[in-house]
Amino acid sequence: MPEPFRKRFRHGSGGTLQGPGMNRKLVWMSVFHRLKHALVIVIALVAASVASIAQTADEAFTRLAADSYSDTSRAIEILVSTAHPNAALIVEALNDGRLLAGPGGVAVKTAAGGFVDARTGQALAAAPADVKPVRLNNAVRRAVQAALGGLGLLNPDAAKRTAAAEAVFKSRDAGLLPVVEAAIGKETNPRALAALRQAQAAILIAKPDTQPLDRFAAIEVLRERADQDALATLRALPGDATPALKEAQAKAITAIEGRLKLWAAAQNLWYGLSLGSVLLLAAIGLAITFGVMGVINMAHGEMVMLGAYTTFVVQEVIRSNAPWLFDWSLAIALPAAFIVAGAVGIGIERGIIRFLYGRPLETLLATWGISLTLQQAVRTAFGPTNREVGAPSFMSGAFELGGLAITYNRLWIIVFAALVFAALLAILKLTPMGLQMRAVTQNRRMASAMGIRTGRIDALTFGLGSGVAGLAGVALSQIDNVSPNLGQSYIIDSFMVVVFGGVGNLWGTLVGAMTLGVANKLLEPYAGAVLGKIALLVCIILFIQKRPRGLFALKGRAVEA
Amino acid sequence: MNAPVPGALTSSLLYLDGVSVSFDGFKAIRGLSLTIEPGEMRAIIGPNGAGKTTMMDIITGKTKPDIGTVMFGGSVDLTKLDEAAIANLGIGRKFQKPTVFDFHTIEDNILLALKSKRTVGKTLFWKTEAPQQKRIDDILGIIRLADRRDRLAGSLSHGQKQWLEIGMLLAQDPKLLLVDEPAAGMTDGETAQTAVLLKEIARDHSVIVVEHDMGFIRELGVKVTVLHEGAVLAEGPLDHVSANERVVEVYLGR
Amino acid sequence: MITRFLLQNMDKRGGIFLAILLGLAVLVPLSNLLLPASSPFHVPTSTMSLWGKYLCYALLAISLDLVWGYCGILSLGHGAFFALGGYAMGLYLMRQIGSRGVYGNPILPDFMVFLNWQELPWYWWGFSSFPFAMLMVVAVPGLLAFVFGWFAFRSRVTGVYLSIITQALTYALLLAFFRNDMGFGGNNGLTDFKDILGFNIQAQTTRAALFSMTCVMLAAGFLIARGIVVSKLGKVVIAIRDAESRTRFLGYRVDRFKLFVFTVSACMAGVAGALYVPQVGIINPSEFAPANSIETVIWVAVGGRGTLVGAALGAVVVNWAKTLFTSGFMAPYWLFALGGLFVVVTLFLTKGILGTAEALWARRRKSDDTPAVEPAPAE
Repeated sequence: MPEPFRKRFRHGSGGTLQGPGMNRKLVWMSVFHRLKHALVIVIALVAASVASIAQTADEAFTRLAADSYSDTSRAIEILVSTAHPNAALIVEALNDGRLLAGPGGVAVKTAAGGFVDARTGQALAAAPADVKPVRLNNAVRRAVQAALGGLGLLNPDAAKRTAAAEAVFKSRDAGLLPVVEAAIGKETNPRALAALRQAQAAILIAKPDTQPLDRFAAIEVLRERADQDALATLRALPGDATPALKEAQAKAITAIEGRLKLWAAAQNLWYGLSLGSVLLLAAIGLAITFGVMGVINMAHGEMVMLGAYTTFVVQEVIRSNAPWLFDWSLAIALPAAFIVAGAVGIGIERGIIRFLYGRPLETLLATWGISLTLQQAVRTAFGPTNREVGAPSFMSGAFELGGLAITYNRLWIIVFAALVFAALLAILKLTPMGLQMRAVTQNRRMASAMGIRTGRIDALTFGLGSGVAGLAGVALSQIDNVSPNLGQSYIIDSFMVVVFGGVGNLWGTLVGAMTLGVANKLLEPYAGAVLGKIALLVCIILFIQKRPRGLFALKGRAVEA
Repeated sequence: MNAPVPGALTSSLLYLDGVSVSFDGFKAIRGLSLTIEPGEMRAIIGPNGAGKTTMMDIITGKTKPDIGTVMFGGSVDLTKLDEAAIANLGIGRKFQKPTVFDFHTIEDNILLALKSKRTVGKTLFWKTEAPQQKRIDDILGIIRLADRRDRLAGSLSHGQKQWLEIGMLLAQDPKLLLVDEPAAGMTDGETAQTAVLLKEIARDHSVIVVEHDMGFIRELGVKVTVLHEGAVLAEGPLDHVSANERVVEVYLGR
Repeated sequence: MITRFLLQNMDKRGGIFLAILLGLAVLVPLSNLLLPASSPFHVPTSTMSLWGKYLCYALLAISLDLVWGYCGILSLGHGAFFALGGYAMGLYLMRQIGSRGVYGNPILPDFMVFLNWQELPWYWWGFSSFPFAMLMVVAVPGLLAFVFGWFAFRSRVTGVYLSIITQALTYALLLAFFRNDMGFGGNNGLTDFKDILGFNIQAQTTRAALFSMTCVMLAAGFLIARGIVVSKLGKVVIAIRDAESRTRFLGYRVDRFKLFVFTVSACMAGVAGALYVPQVGIINPSEFAPANSIETVIWVAVGGRGTLVGAALGAVVVNWAKTLFTSGFMAPYWLFALGGLFVVVTLFLTKGILGTAEALWARRRKSDDTPAVEPAPAE
């Protein structure tokens, strides 16, 4: 057996031989059929090579000069399948409308404006007389695209070869089969090889005259690919296929659909985690002011909004003064937002809230008034419309992980939320300030008697909660509209998270945020976004009836005090 | 007056057996057993954290025990009822910190406590009849607040609030009174008067008094139960109990 | 018995309030209908409708004062009951349009024709009947309040937790009513009303009648609320506000008392909404916005909570100020004023206008036995 064919056979049937459920007899039949099939191809290829390349090239160029759509399409097929040395040049020129043809010959107008003889590739002094651009219609364009795909299979760059194989996979152009198979023989890059084999499988599935056992192998390859495109390709199996094939096809489709469903669930889970981390960011500052201090801060959302506007201002300053710093704008905005929101928070605590301790409902009303005032202040200063906050380069784009599409901004927000959570936990557990905070929370008078300046601790705690809200604003500016109403859209959700998770417990907030985020996204496909959210609100309302103090509630006499 | 109900499981008015409750792993009550006979007055003493208030919470339905039996009047399982139902059965409670309704007048405080149907409809169309008014007047006389009946309760002194609360207990006319530190924060004179008042009440009610003040207990002259770490340490007359070595040890922390 | 219940212990303050209301109910429509526009005593129709709106808000404020001022339940979702009553009235008014809509469909409202609906959803049935619609005005908010309260009060959700879940309740309804699938006109709500009880809703006489009706219902709402708070039940409810667990140890089933007051209050808010809709000519989901409910709270706080009359006064004063502000060059500063009001009232004017005025009055007369109900620190 000649070397290239043995290779082709091995690659081509690898999936079949290892495929599950294939019994020994079938394997042998498959090998037999493969051999027979390979023989047919050998004969065909030999025949093709025996036929003079020059002669077929002549035909191609004649057809191009004829300037009829069908002739043009056929000419492209000939050029590609015979691997004419100038095929790429010609097809690309045709695609760009730079291919000139006519009785005077066929020439390519280069991008620089010179002319090249299409047949020889030699430069020409001027365009041949009596030529005009070859016209394209949709059929020709398709042929051109397919041809470009086929030609790309031989590109020296492995990534381009993979992309080309992917294009062939989608077009399932039977005319490219020889090229694909030749490319498989030469391919060394594993990713490109896999793409080529899938392209081959796609063609074999759809081609009417494919041998059944080749189709079995192809189904196997597609089954392993297991995505939406593989599903579409599998469905392209001609209707006259054998029952056994159809059964295999159905099985593969079921398997793929199952896997896709799994991936879809995983994707929703990812969206849910992402939403959960957004909720966590928005709510965790509230968990400190509400959970630790017992202060209902309805202006918490506005602290988030201030953080987002700080990001906007930082970016504006950078844009006009130091554009090269833009990728660092978020890193600069973080401390700025923390300080701005924290300072405003301390101002609110010292100016208003401290007079209302022990009167949570009054605090709620007063802070609602502050929230209205802050919204209107921002509206007056920055206008009522959305402000554009840019994304630094590391936050933009996306990548694929298995069947998951993961955008960088969501990924970074999850990471950021985790960091903020860990930092807060550390502050509360490990620092002297955290110790004093907990002391004041548990027994204000005792703490005061021990020399802790409770007023200062109150202000700092509130400042910390507000500052964290400012940090959340920086993150949210990346995924939401920066407008004076930004905070309003998060306040109810944030309260739900804190109340659901249980007051006075950061871990409860974490669990609450993630549960609500994931539940929201898992409900969405079934109920729709709005109905899902309503369902969730109702669930929380019912949940609070069951456990009035949240998931991780304190118990015992201390609660009543 | 408190004759045992026919078919009752016990003749005691209040019967606690093997009661335990824990908060977040801390065992506030462990295997507490206690019986109160009809018409009996009992003093409960014990150091801080002995479980006195938690025991009251269990009897009045504020806290549910993890295990154990709590029976009232021989046949009613208190662990299955809520506060309001237990109060309507005839168990009244006075809190450690006097809790009266500050924004109601003294008379209205008594009116709210007065034994009557507690339903929404009955209270909405309530009209105070002459016998009820007389009962209110009597109680105001007993607690010596008759001349201030139209004052807001919030304006009373600490000791007066204690009495108002005792007056509210009387108005409820319960079978069993739970009185938590009635003498706390009182002058010696007031304490003595309170003791007299309680003894008067005990003539036709069963009473449980929780108290720290040994002088006060001595004045009451009743059977004493000593609680320690959520269980009964000793029981008997005060002299007998205070001679118990374990009790002395617990109190003096040796 | 009813009269005795409503008029027991009527005080001067309540008497003056009732007299003013009844005076308005008679004099304003008369002046509008009989006096020529040139007369200095003529009340223009637009002003009458505007004040009719204020009085609807006053009824809503009284209903909130009943639960917040007396029972200590800070509901941040009373706007939901108001809006539900409004929608019930809106459904009736929509059905009265008949075939006069843009699409001329005798059964289906325009928005349903637009959405290609084939038949009237079942929950629209019966709303062509005025008595049924009026029953629903009271029953729907009442039922929602009953179910919600039954769960919430039984499991002893109190204080800010209750406030937050009432806010979540109205928020959930806001989202729900925004959906076109709900069959309540989605985003645009219900509007373009033509008739009420066969009278043209735009006619001056109809508007005058609606105004009078609003005054009467406000007076009725006030009498019912007052009857409740001065009864023994009212004393129990105040006791619950100040010392909930103590009340429970006295043998009162706190949850049932709260449930009663909450449900009555929701019904009252529904009536306010039903009177509001024909006078402003539209009801849409924005009435469910949590911000609206919180604004209602500030009316009560401004007027003086736990006074009923003060709540009504606060609603009128704040809304009158709002109209004044938002119609002039000061418009952008209204939210500053409103926000400032929240802060000032909670910090410095805790008894509200009426409470403060009465305290001053009482001090002048040197009588310390007025048992005025003061706002107690909430738990």
